[in-house]
Parts: sequence; structure tokens; C-alpha cells
Amino acid sequence: MIPELGHAALILALVIAVVQASFPLVGSLAGNGAGTGIGNRPWMAMARPLAYGQFTFLIIAFACLVQAFLASDFSVLYVAQHSNTLLPKPYKVSAVWGGHEGSLLLWVLVMAAWGAAVAAFSKNLPLEVVARVISVLGMIAIGFLLFMLFTSNPFERHFPMPPEGRDLNPLLQDFGLAIHPPMLYMGYVGFSVAFAFAIAALIGGRLDAAWARWSRPWTTVAWVFLTIGIALGSWWAYYELGWGGWWFWDPVENASLMPWLVGTALIHSLAVTEKRGAFKSWTLLLAIFAFSLSLLGTFLVRSGVLTSVHAFATDPERGLFILIFLCIVIGGSLALYAWRAPKVSEGGRFDLVSRESALLGNNLLFVAFTVLVLFGTLAPLIYEAFGWGKISVGFPWFNMMFLALAPFLAILLGIGPAARWKHDDPGRLIKTLWIAFALSVVVLAISALPVFSGGHFWVPIGVALGAWLLFSHATIVRDRLKNKRGFDGWIADLRGNGRSFYGMVTAHMGVAVFIVGVTMVSNFQVEEDVRMSPGDSHELAGYRFEFLGAEKAPGPNYMADRGHFKVYDGDKQITELYPEKRSYLGGGMPMTEAAIDAGLFRDIYISLGEHVGDGDWALRLYYKPYVRWIWLGAILMALGGILAVSDPRYRTARSRSTAPVGGIAARA
Amino acid sequence: MVTASRMALSEIPDFQMYEIGMPALIKSFLLSMLLLTSLTAGAFTLEEFTFDSPEQQAEFRELISKLRCLVCQNESLAGSKAELAQDLRNEVYKMMRAGQSQEEILDFLTTRYGDFVLYSPPLKPSTYILWFGPFVLIGIGAAFMVRALLRKKSAPDAELSDDDRLRLKDMLADRDGKANQS
Repeated sequence: MIPELGHAALILALVIAVVQASFPLVGSLAGNGAGTGIGNRPWMAMARPLAYGQFTFLIIAFACLVQAFLASDFSVLYVAQHSNTLLPKPYKVSAVWGGHEGSLLLWVLVMAAWGAAVAAFSKNLPLEVVARVISVLGMIAIGFLLFMLFTSNPFERHFPMPPEGRDLNPLLQDFGLAIHPPMLYMGYVGFSVAFAFAIAALIGGRLDAAWARWSRPWTTVAWVFLTIGIALGSWWAYYELGWGGWWFWDPVENASLMPWLVGTALIHSLAVTEKRGAFKSWTLLLAIFAFSLSLLGTFLVRSGVLTSVHAFATDPERGLFILIFLCIVIGGSLALYAWRAPKVSEGGRFDLVSRESALLGNNLLFVAFTVLVLFGTLAPLIYEAFGWGKISVGFPWFNMMFLALAPFLAILLGIGPAARWKHDDPGRLIKTLWIAFALSVVVLAISALPVFSGGHFWVPIGVALGAWLLFSHATIVRDRLKNKRGFDGWIADLRGNGRSFYGMVTAHMGVAVFIVGVTMVSNFQVEEDVRMSPGDSHELAGYRFEFLGAEKAPGPNYMADRGHFKVYDGDKQITELYPEKRSYLGGGMPMTEAAIDAGLFRDIYISLGEHVGDGDWALRLYYKPYVRWIWLGAILMALGGILAVSDPRYRTARSRSTAPVGGIAARA
Repeated sequence: MVTASRMALSEIPDFQMYEIGMPALIKSFLLSMLLLTSLTAGAFTLEEFTFDSPEQQAEFRELISKLRCLVCQNESLAGSKAELAQDLRNEVYKMMRAGQSQEEILDFLTTRYGDFVLYSPPLKPSTYILWFGPFVLIGIGAAFMVRALLRKKSAPDAELSDDDRLRLKDMLADRDGKANQS
């Protein structure tokens, strides 16, 4: 009964989506509506309640699916395929998005949540803008709901009901992976709001600084979620897969990275559009592409086309549906763009040396990164499709391409925020930054000494670039704090700078931390495969690993071999570690659960391999310096985004009459 | 190597063949087949390889990490548990011990398995697009950017329309109003 209720809720959500996609939009265009606030108010006013209704019915549908999982209702095919009575309760909930159908449901739920958030926190926006944005979101929802109902219904029953379900993929039975997809989807889907604002602006024909200001906090919030989502995925891969890597340039990883790269370009381009009114049509294009790449990522992952061009044929219905949907969304929005964008005035003159130029450089580099990732991900498919032979494009290619461009980005990142809008004097800029530059050169020289670099080419470069970002941003902050005199003046200056300024500095420091982390761990990590008997000791990177043996340790739905290690630094024992190897009762490959002693400057990582007889085990030991800085950098970037969004500037109401209810626009 | 597991991130392969009521034997056989081909991640096998020096071990590790496990989704030889990967690792190890250079080993493997085995595609006419294409595209992008910059430099300042000016005034007035309140 409950699954049918969920099914019905999905259908009702579709009906609402259809109304939501049509009435508010038509209402906003009725009469002489475009941009003047006239139009059919009652129709436009339907937008908000519809957005809430959409969200409500999808919550009901989602709750029904959760209930089916908690009750282990194996007559629901999807539940039988992804759950099991032995599965621990938290994983029964996360199993809801453990497969194709459920992740789609999560996707539309998240989108409805964004829609409801737009409805709730847009009191200071003109009604016709809200109506159009919510209509565009409704259109996307129609596509996804049709897709679910016709090809991927999570509530499908099958009889007779099996006595037991297949287990959730053991890889997914993990905290990191339980929260990774929701975060990622919040980001992916969040760009649909930026997209909807862009389309609404194109429909209305008014593209100005106000549009950028409204769209900016939403875009930043989506970007923050995506940043956290990707970092979570990387962290999960690091500790769960047992090979100690944090990024493999796998197509599925790339699918999430592309929207992030364009999204990063977008939030910077929006800054220019908001502050200076320049880059308008470019910003629109980025908003369209950020969401299009989210959809493309979904298509790549869902259709099976990544495995091989031929895999696409194994489930052509789903793949074809997404492909057509993709064409409609991207083609339609680009056509709208081509029609409207030429009318956009490209205001905002600026000189070669200016903040605008630097941000344009940022955009060029981020778009270049995106093109690289897209190209590298699709190249094997293109080669196969055209009969040019089967090739693999893996980390050596991606690393080389990224390393060729990344230093330019880092150098530019130290200059851009110091430059003035519109026009800057090169002499002034040099005068401001020369100390930071000189200090970075000193760091470069010192870290290039064999003692520090160990002869690795990239070590001094990475460290010096990190230092350059630190010093240049320190300079920028200092310059912003010396406008007024005395301690009180200093405090006043400290407060005078908006939160978005501190947000920017924090996020950029995140980049510095990330660069240093990647550089250090890539060049200085030590790993070794060893065979150890109980009582053996092995030395690695100055640490002594003592193996005390392994024993059976049963879990709720698996049987584990658990190794016991003591790790010594000299004579001092620093930690005890228990790496596991689990065999899940649901079957499948054994899983390794690496044991990690995490630290700010180094991780010690042990992964249990095979039992090779007589209590001897094959093991993989790692010493990973600064690996935490990679995720710490991502956290700082996300924090920067949150700080920027909390800037009261975004809560400025549109007009006096609505001022009392303004103030929440950015708090989403 | 991650991929099968990475696949899992966003999509666990749907086991379409899964049928309830199928005899257990067939079911487990099919499952194990599926798992072998599509879920070979999250675990690794380690043979015991011994080396003369840490440098040699590092070289071996680098080599196998750049080679693809041919039967896996997207895993390197270094990370794969598949049988073929084990065989190939052994083969690479033997060749190395026999004193063959990296190049000789890679040549041997590419003649046998094609370029697909290499994570870094070799530079040859058919891969020129792959290696140089991106730079051409970026060059074009940079040219457009420079053009845009030059045009911007000589562009007239943006003129606000009366309507914009009115709304701007409205916004500013509101902000000032708020500022006075606080």
C-alpha cells in the first residue's frame, strides 16, 4: 500500500510540475508583462504555492521509499535489489539512494527543495522573476519525473516476493558514501537555480546587475555543496578503496568535476556582472553550461555509455531518454540565448590591467580545465565510435594537462584580488605586490634545495605557489586595514570590509592549502607491499610497524579479518591500528577497510591484503605526508563560500515597501 | 582502479539478470560472473615481489600503475584484483627481473594488447588530436579573450537607462535607510 502511495505522490508531483511550468510563466508574459511587473498577477502568484506543493509530494514519495526500505518490503523490486534484512538501519536509509531509481528520486527531491527555498527566500524579488524561475525549475522537474515514471520507477513491485533481498553494495555501506550523494546532488541540482535565473532573465530580456545579485548567493551555495560533495567522494575513495589515492580521473569523478569547474568560473564572472555590469552574456552562458554539464554528468553516469559505446545499447531506453532531454535543455536554452543575448548591452569599459581582466583570465583558465576534462573523458568514446582504435586516457594525461595550466592560475590568483576594478596602474600593482613576490621567490629558492625538495621538480614550484597566494593575500588584507588610524580605526576597517571579502580570502587560502597538500603527498608519499608474520616489524618512512596478528571479527552483515598493529616512532608507540578485510554475507568481493592514523602533517595508512598462509598476511603500508591538506583546502573553499553568502549585501531589499520582509534572500 | 567502486558512487550496476526464484546455483554463478567483471574493486591482491633496491620497487610500482587492467572497468594493474591483472603483474615483474627496460616492457604489452593497455596514450598521428587538440582550443580561447580585452578598452562607458537609474536609486536609498536604522 505504501509504495503505491509513493507512486501516486510521484504522479501528483508530475501534474504539479506541469502546472508550475506553464501558468506562472504565461502569467508573467501576459499583457505587457516582460520586466515591468504588470502581467497576470494571480497566475504568477501561483508559483510559490506550486513550488511548496511539488516539494511536499516529493517528500511524501521519498518517505514512502524510505519506509519500504526500513520495513524491508522486498516486493518492491528496487528494495529487493538494494537492501537486506541484516543491513544496519542507517544504511537502510542511505540504500534509498544506493541505486539508479532512488538516486533519481533524491535528485528530484533536492530540486524541489531548491525550488521551495527560492519560493521562501525571494520576498524581495519582483514577482515576475520568481514566477519565471519557478516555472523553469518546473520544466526540468517534468523531464526528470517523466524519466522516472516511464523508465526507472523505484516503486515497481514484483511477485512473488522474495524472502530476502540482495545486499547493498558493500562499498556503499559507509558513512562517507551515505552522505556523499546528497551533498553532490545539492550542488549539481543547485546549479539548476542559477540556470533558472539565467533563463528567466533571458525570457524577461532584462539582464542587469540586479539579476547577477539575485543569482549570486544561490550559485555560491550550490558551489559550496558541490565542493563538499566532491571532497567527500575523494576522502571516501582514499580510506575505503585501500589503495591510498584521492583522485583517479575516473569518468564518474570527472562528471562531478566539470560542473564544479564551470561553476567556479561562474561565481567569479557573476562578481564582475554584479559589480561592474560587464560580462553579462558570458555569465549567462556559463550559467547555462554549469547546469548542462550537471545533466551531461548524469547522462554519462546513468546511460552506461562510459563503460563502452556499446554498453549504451544494453539499456537504450534510459540512455536515449536522457540524451533527448539533454538536447532539449541545452539546445533550447542556447537557442533562447542566441535570440536574446545580442540585445544585451555589454556595458562596463575596462582596461587591460584591471580586476576585470584578471577575472576574465580566471574564466579562460577554468573553461580550459573544463574543456580538458570533457575532452579527456570523451576521447576514448570518440576514438571507439570513429573506429580510431581503443585507447585509455588516464591520470598521466590529465595530470600533465592540468600541471601545464595550474601554475598560471595560481600566479593570476595572487594578482587578481589586488587589482582595482576598471583601471589599474601597473606600477601601483607592482609596488603593492613586490614584497609578496620577493618572499615567494625566497621560498622557491629554499624549497628547491635538495634537502627540502628531495630532487623533485614540482616540490619547490608547488610550495612557492602556495606561499605566493599566502603572501599576496596577506598584502591585500593589510592594505584593506590601513584606511583609518589607530587601533579603533583598525577595528573599524576590519568590520568595514564585507564578509564577502573575507570569504574570498578564505577560499583562496583554501586553494593555497590544497596546492601544498597535493604537491607534498604526490612527491613524498612512501608505500610498500610487505608480507608479515605475527610478531614481525617493518620500518617505513621512519616509523616502525609491528604486526601482532589477525583474528576473525564478525560484523552485523559481514565477517571480517582484523589485523592488529602497533606503530612506533623511535621507541614511542604512537598508535594502534586495526585494518580489516570484510566478506559480506550478501556476497561479492571482499572489502578492505584501511586503518588510518590521521594527522595534520602525515597519515599512516595500513591496508590488509591477502592471507598468505600460516598467519602471514600481505599488507600495504603507506606514509602520506600532508594528505589532509587536500580536503582541508576544500573545506576552506567551502567556508569561504559560506562567508561570502552570509554578506548582508545580498539581503538588501528591492524597495522600501518590501524592506521588512527582505533579509532572507541569502540565508538559504 | 577505483572505478568499479567509483561507479558505485553514483550508480551501482543494475543487475538486470537478477531473478527471484532462480535456482541458487545459477544465481550465485551469474552473480559471481557479474561481480568479476563489474565490481572488481575495493580490494587488492598483493603478490610477493622482491626487489634488489627500493628504486627498482618504485619503478615497478610506477609501471604497473600506468597500465590498465584490461578486464576491469577502469583500474590500473597496481590496484586490480582480477586474475588477468595478477598474471600481467607477474609478467611485468619477470620482464623487469630479466633486465628489460621500461620501454621494452611497454612495447611488448602494446603489441599484445594495443594502446588500450596504456593509461598514457602514446604520441602518434592518431593521437595528435588528443595531445595537441586541447592546446589549440585553449589558444583559440585566449585569442578571443585578448580580442575582448582590446575591445573593452576602447568601449564607451556603460550608460544607465533611466529605468536602471531609478531602480539603482531605490536600492541605494533602501540600503542607506537600513544602515541608518542599525
